[in-house]
Amino acid sequence: MSEDRSREDELSGRKQKHASAFELLVTMSVLGWEAFRSVARILARKSSGETSSTVLSHPEPLLLDRAADKAGTPSGRDLDLETPESAHRADWGTLLVALAFAASVTAGVGFLIFYWSGGGNMLLGGTLALCLGFFGAALVLSARWLMRHREAVEPREDFSSSDTEREAAFEDYCAGAREVRSRALLKWMAAVGLGMFATMFVSLMRGLGSPSGQSLFDTVWKRGQRLMTADGKPVTSNSLQPGDSITVFPEDSIGSEKAQTVLIRVNAQLLRLPGDRSDWAPMGYLAYSRVCTHAGCPVGLYEAESHLLLCPCHQSTFNVLDAAQPTGGPAARPLPQLPLYADADGNLRAGSGFSEPPGPGFWEMP
Amino acid sequence: MIQWLARSLNSRLRLARFVRAALNHVFPDHWSFMLGEIALYSFVVLVITGVYLALFFNASSAQEIYHGSYRALDGVRMSAAYRSALYLSFDVPAGLLMRQMHHWAADVFLCAIIAHMARIFFTAAYRRPREINWVIGLTMLVFAIINGFLGYSLVDDLLSGAGLRIAYAIMLSAPVIGPWLAFIVLGGDVPAYATIPHMYGMHVFVVPAVIAVLIAVHLGIIWRQMHTNYPGPMRTDKLIVGSRLWPSYTAKSLGLFFLVFAAIASLGGLVQIDPIWIYGPFDPVAAVPGAQPDWYLGWVEGAMRLFPGVNLRIGGWLVPEVFFPGVLFPLIVFAVLYAYPLLEQFVSFDKRPHNVLRLPWQHPFNTALGCAVFVFMIVLLAAGGDDVIAVASGASVVALRSLLRVLVFVLPAVTFAISYGICVSLQRRRSVVHPPASGVSAAVQDESAGSLPRSQKA
Repeated sequence: MSEDRSREDELSGRKQKHASAFELLVTMSVLGWEAFRSVARILARKSSGETSSTVLSHPEPLLLDRAADKAGTPSGRDLDLETPESAHRADWGTLLVALAFAASVTAGVGFLIFYWSGGGNMLLGGTLALCLGFFGAALVLSARWLMRHREAVEPREDFSSSDTEREAAFEDYCAGAREVRSRALLKWMAAVGLGMFATMFVSLMRGLGSPSGQSLFDTVWKRGQRLMTADGKPVTSNSLQPGDSITVFPEDSIGSEKAQTVLIRVNAQLLRLPGDRSDWAPMGYLAYSRVCTHAGCPVGLYEAESHLLLCPCHQSTFNVLDAAQPTGGPAARPLPQLPLYADADGNLRAGSGFSEPPGPGFWEMP
Repeated sequence: MIQWLARSLNSRLRLARFVRAALNHVFPDHWSFMLGEIALYSFVVLVITGVYLALFFNASSAQEIYHGSYRALDGVRMSAAYRSALYLSFDVPAGLLMRQMHHWAADVFLCAIIAHMARIFFTAAYRRPREINWVIGLTMLVFAIINGFLGYSLVDDLLSGAGLRIAYAIMLSAPVIGPWLAFIVLGGDVPAYATIPHMYGMHVFVVPAVIAVLIAVHLGIIWRQMHTNYPGPMRTDKLIVGSRLWPSYTAKSLGLFFLVFAAIASLGGLVQIDPIWIYGPFDPVAAVPGAQPDWYLGWVEGAMRLFPGVNLRIGGWLVPEVFFPGVLFPLIVFAVLYAYPLLEQFVSFDKRPHNVLRLPWQHPFNTALGCAVFVFMIVLLAAGGDDVIAVASGASVVALRSLLRVLVFVLPAVTFAISYGICVSLQRRRSVVHPPASGVSAAVQDESAGSLPRSQKA
């Protein structure tokens, strides 16, 4: 709890430290962008007013020699840089591009200063974004203002080769193949060789991980193992009151993902375990695998009033009185149960392994 | 200098003809054609930032005790991978910026791919001869999703641990090959010692290499086939209208690269993403309530929550409940997407090559289907966060889930009907002015009508 508090304090401290710098950055960039846009708008209006007469003055399409002339004339705007009006446009464009470029350089220098002086993430990211953004803007502006744009029209080539080309290629292939003396051997080499290399390659995968051992079926617990808490204390028959629950492990693998077990104490009269499990829950102590049978999340929440275990990942619920049968959500199989007994000293011990392999389902699962 | 270089290269490689063709290559201008470019450029940003991160990341699950500058986790046991991610976030200058930019770039990448794909789908650019690029693009989407997941799972924080468990359960559930698949990919029963190195190898070498090769092929095919045009004057199956690569298109495209980079930098600098230090290190016994995968996997998560708990026993074999929403459902979705161009050809008997795009209203069924699938996915995405919605709205998760089980079918159906109706009414409105002649391709009609939007970029 206190750890959480200190984490929050640190976070809020960080946030406050950055907040003022961040606000300044945002205000500056918004103001800068607005100023830049209003200048650009004025310039654009001026220049387009001046050049409107020259628009479409040269509707001749920019065709390559391989292009079809019969395509007609494109109606795209065509700004000619040779006319005096558009020379103005080039001047204004140069100014705009230079402004954007200057802004980019300024932001880049800002980034370097912040980087070397240990500035925070927001200052670094903000200046980097401004630097790259203004550079991109400069490029786009130069394309719009300084380069002529003409719509180009070109014929498309066929997608398929011509019949003569295709036949010629096929004929050359056949001619080559006819020269090969022992084609059968080459075919066998190709087929068997490929098969062999593929098998060798796939076999190498075995080393990456092989389920052929019994680990999937392993029910982890063994008869006689004491139930231990996460901090290594043995659990006795007095440890819990009805309605309580804790996480327990076998004494030799504390903290193990697969062996984690939830121990619950309920009122023994409420139990509805099947007949062959009648002695699995001494004094109302029930132990189930804590790994959800649906997708393997730890079934962490126990609701004492409804006697339900709830998985936080997909909200499957299991009724602990009823051998942890699923009662809602996407799980289809009950949580494996661990038979318990109390020894002469009152320590709770496992009667055997889990009733089924713990964890999500798989093809060979019994 | 440039002239000297060009001359010396040309005298060795006979470049002039190729270069001239490249400089004069025609690309149509339209804002929606930039979506693919955005995806390409965010991939470049991913590679740049990713290489930087790889220089610091320690892909090992060896357990260590943290004594770094983030005081709240002082003395906590954690994997070397998580510790190196903390070090990168708190002690490397601009390290956090690079990490956040990398994560944001992945989100932008996937967002751009999906938007690009939607543009292709709704304008029917997947038709012959471009089915091949549709297939390559889809494959890139699959690999991008896989790599996104691997990326945020590598860090080994508590949240990614939950995702890893679920991924393991999904792979394990596949009939016959499931256990082998899960063990080969994740190195054993998660969290196994080899899990992080396996994911690192795939995330850093295998998947990016595959995506890079596919990008090269994708672009090569676009180059070879030339880009499609929206319908408009002179835009026919035999002609391409647009601007030449050199110089203005190059400048604009390069500018777009810097703008995408800037957008990702501002996200990475100003908007927090994946604050791993708040989640804490992976702990096999703990789980985060309200945990969600990144949005591009939310639809699978939603399907897993909505699908009822049904086991299938075949003889002595088990098909677990996770198989149906976690394996079968995504397989069906992608199989339909992969096959869609062929399915349409099969139904319409239209096997001619097309170079002019079809506008969405011209094919009501296609458009309505696309909209319905989008809504379907959005409902599933909402279902993937149903516990969060329930907490926020005060409704019970059970009630919300039964509602979503109905909505997931009803809303797409309603969407289908509405979008179909809109397309038909648009068609009617336009056909009053220009009655369509049957048997004439849409492009020709549009050209004669001349009433259609065309490129406004000048």
